[in-house]
Order: sequence, then C-alpha cells, then structure tokens
Amino acid sequence: MGAKTALYQEHVNLGAKVVDFAGWDMPLHYGSQVEEHYKVRGEAGMFDVSHMTFVDLKGERVREFLRNLLANNVDRLQTYGRALYTCMLNEQGGVVDDLIVYFLGETHFRLVVNAGTHDKDMAWIEHHAKSFDVAVTELTNVALIAVQGPDARNKVHELLSDAQREKALVLKPFNATESEGFFISRTGYTGEDGYEVMIPQDQAVDFWRRLHKIGVHPVGLGARDTLRLEAGMDLYSAEMDEETSPLEAGLKWTVAWEPQDRNFIGRKALEPQYNVTPARKLVGLILDDRGVLRGHQRVIVDGEVVGEVTSGSFSPTLGKAIAFARVPFDVKDQVLVEMRGKQLPARVVKPPFVRHGKACFE
Amino acid sequence: MSNAPSHLKYTKSHEWIETVSDDTYRVGISDHAQDLLGDMVFIELPEVGQTVSASDECAVVESVKAASDVYSPLSGEIIEINESLEDSPDLVNRDPYGDGWLFTVKATDSSELDELMSADEYIELSSEE
Repeated sequence: MGAKTALYQEHVNLGAKVVDFAGWDMPLHYGSQVEEHYKVRGEAGMFDVSHMTFVDLKGERVREFLRNLLANNVDRLQTYGRALYTCMLNEQGGVVDDLIVYFLGETHFRLVVNAGTHDKDMAWIEHHAKSFDVAVTELTNVALIAVQGPDARNKVHELLSDAQREKALVLKPFNATESEGFFISRTGYTGEDGYEVMIPQDQAVDFWRRLHKIGVHPVGLGARDTLRLEAGMDLYSAEMDEETSPLEAGLKWTVAWEPQDRNFIGRKALEPQYNVTPARKLVGLILDDRGVLRGHQRVIVDGEVVGEVTSGSFSPTLGKAIAFARVPFDVKDQVLVEMRGKQLPARVVKPPFVRHGKACFE
Repeated sequence: MSNAPSHLKYTKSHEWIETVSDDTYRVGISDHAQDLLGDMVFIELPEVGQTVSASDECAVVESVKAASDVYSPLSGEIIEINESLEDSPDLVNRDPYGDGWLFTVKATDSSELDELMSADEYIELSSEE
C-alpha cells in the first residue's frame, strides 16, 4: 500500500490498473494505454500528477539562491507566472533532478520536482537554502491535474469562472496565472497544448469529475510515458541521473552559461566540457522492423557495443518502436539494437518524433 | 478476477486450448495473460505447416510492457494462423478467447491433453500470481 492522491478513489472507480510509482499508488491505464495516447493526441486527456513534489521558496534572497541552485538562469523570469525548465546539478555536473521553476514575485518562487526524487531533492534544496535565508515549504494540500491535447484548453475554459477564464485565455506557453485558488499553468509533458492546473485537494474530485463529464479522457502513467517519449522529452533516471551531465542528455540548451560570473552548482565541472565535443550524446532511434525498443537494450556499431537505449517504447503515432539512446558523439544514420537474441537496425534521428500531433518521421 | 471459460483447457504458461474437432485445437492466451501484458503491439505467429512439439516456443506476443513467448501446448502441425492479428494485435486484448486466437494445431498425440488444466485449476493458479 502506497501513498494515495486525492483522486485515488476516482481512478479505482474508473477501472484503473493501479501500480506503485515512487511509493504512490497511481493509475497505469484505465483499460488501454494506447487508446489513451490517441485521445491526448487527437482530443483531450487528463492526468493526475498530484504525486509530484511542489515546493514554495520565499525570502529576500530567493532569486540569488536560485541563480546558484539551478543550471538554467532564473533571471529569465521577470513577470508573474513565468516558468522555466531547468536541471539542478551536483558539484560534479551530474543531474540531481530536472524541474520547472515559476516566478511568483521577487520574494516567492515555486518549484515542481519529480516524485521519485522527493527525499533527496528536499534535502538538497533545504541544505542549500540555509545560507540564503530562504524558507522552503512543501505544498501538501494541493492536487495537480494536467489536461493535455488539442481540445484541452477549451475544455478547461468551460469549467473556469469568468475571472479565471479571462486570465487563462491570454496565457502564453510556459506561463501560469493564479485566480480564485486555481494555479493554472500552460505547461505539460506530452508535446500538446494544455494546462497543468493546481487546485486545493478538497476541490480535486469535483474538478476531475466535471472534466470527465465534458469528455476529457482519464489517462494513466503508461500513456504519459509514450507521449513524452514521442515529444522528445527526457525522463529523470532514464535519460539523466547524478552520473550523467546534461550535455550528454540532450539538455545543453537548458544550461545558461551567460553571464559568466553566475556561479551555479556544477558550473565548474561542466565548464571544461562546454566548448569541447562531448564523448557521448543522446539521440533518437526508430525501429522499422517489428519489435519494441526498451530501456537498457544494447546499441551496436561495427560489431561493438557502443551504448544503450535509455528509454524506449512503442509509438502509437508512428506505429513503430522509438527510443532515446546514449551513444558516442560520432554515431549517425544507423545502429543495431540487440533485442531478444537478434540485432535489428534502427535509424538515428533527432527528436522530437511527434510535433503538434503529427509524426516528424515516417 | 479475469475470466476463464470452462469449456477450455489451460497451461501454466497462460495459453488456452479449445477443441475444434477430434484432433485439431485452437490456441490463444488467457484473459489473465493479456491483462498482465497490457496493450499488444506486435504478434509473431508460427508458419502454417510448421511442426511443433509440446512446450516449444512458437509465437511471441509483444505488448507496450514486455515481449512474451507463447508455447505450443500440444505436439503436431500448425494448420492455421490468425492473420488478422498482423494489423490488429489489439484483438488479443479485446477478445482473447475469440477473435484474438493465435493458431490452430493438428495434434499428433491427444494424450498430451491430459496434462492441461481445467478452468478451475487455472483460475486458482492465476489468482496466486
């Protein structure tokens, strides 16, 4: 028995197959994860992501603290609700976690970090916050519902009050707004437009049911993984971890080198690698043969094992298997992947695999 | 609880066996097995005319979650395969005991049938997993 979100009983009532995820009892799917995937690509789906960790940071020196803590530069955040994707690195330049940081005021920022890294993240953040006098508060009385897909925003608008809707309508991607207790963010992990709506726990069931009633399909963690993979988004502990540099995980764009005097944790370790060709890189793979690419399968070039698949699955949109793999920097065009005693050719491509619901490759 | 029709026989490796005529038997995977595996994405079937021995690997069902071997419950010759699974592997999920059947085997030794489980025995086995 794991921890349960405010929506646990809703998942059970909807026939979810419940699995353990980072100590939480979460829905894997509600019947068919492939159908759920199509619903998000074509209509609108909703995900309970309340198991994630929400952290408010307050203090006079909170911006200075985050300039030090995060590899991306929070100085890019100057207006209320602006969001930024970033890694939080250790001194060796490995990734402690990836997260979203929101600007809510000069003395107030909010982080959304992974559930699987909750304990170490909280310890890391609290440890470093001390010297900046930043108060670290975990939000434990909220639920987070992601509504994603081409119809997602319209569906959410239907349920908002006039005041909330007015604010949501003008939200640009990667921005959030707060209205009448709802924190509405135009973000997601699917490659589709939509919102992540943070609401008080005691309103979660009602909001979820109303979404369901107007045709938003419940979607489990299974489809969440295939959607993010198609969208070319990394998953912590698969594509990167404490031993992997963001430069070898396709995340160079999230490391802000300028200004040079911003001394963020991990900078010293990464700096020598900045202008150098990295030893390894993260690529996309497409398997044209029948079979499914899966994490830890070995990647072979010229008869030698040169790397491995970091995550792989069946892509419902492409109708074939896709994956991320970490390989030497000079690998291109085609590799072999070992599966079930066979070596099958896979195309090397640059993710994303799917953009705005359309396949980027055949 | 997943269902297991009582007119079928079952194996420990989650195949079901239906008697079609005196010596021909249709084979698929159980509702319990498809439920554990989740959405099917590829099904690899044996060749028609292929000779198999009991408990030979002769098909693969691959789902979003895992690839799983299917074993022939009986020795004999494969005389028919379910070609609609090529385009619609999800039939195994939607109708595991009907349209989601895998292949038909013409058995050479019907006594092998005595080794198979009844529905009640299978339900007991699968509920322990």
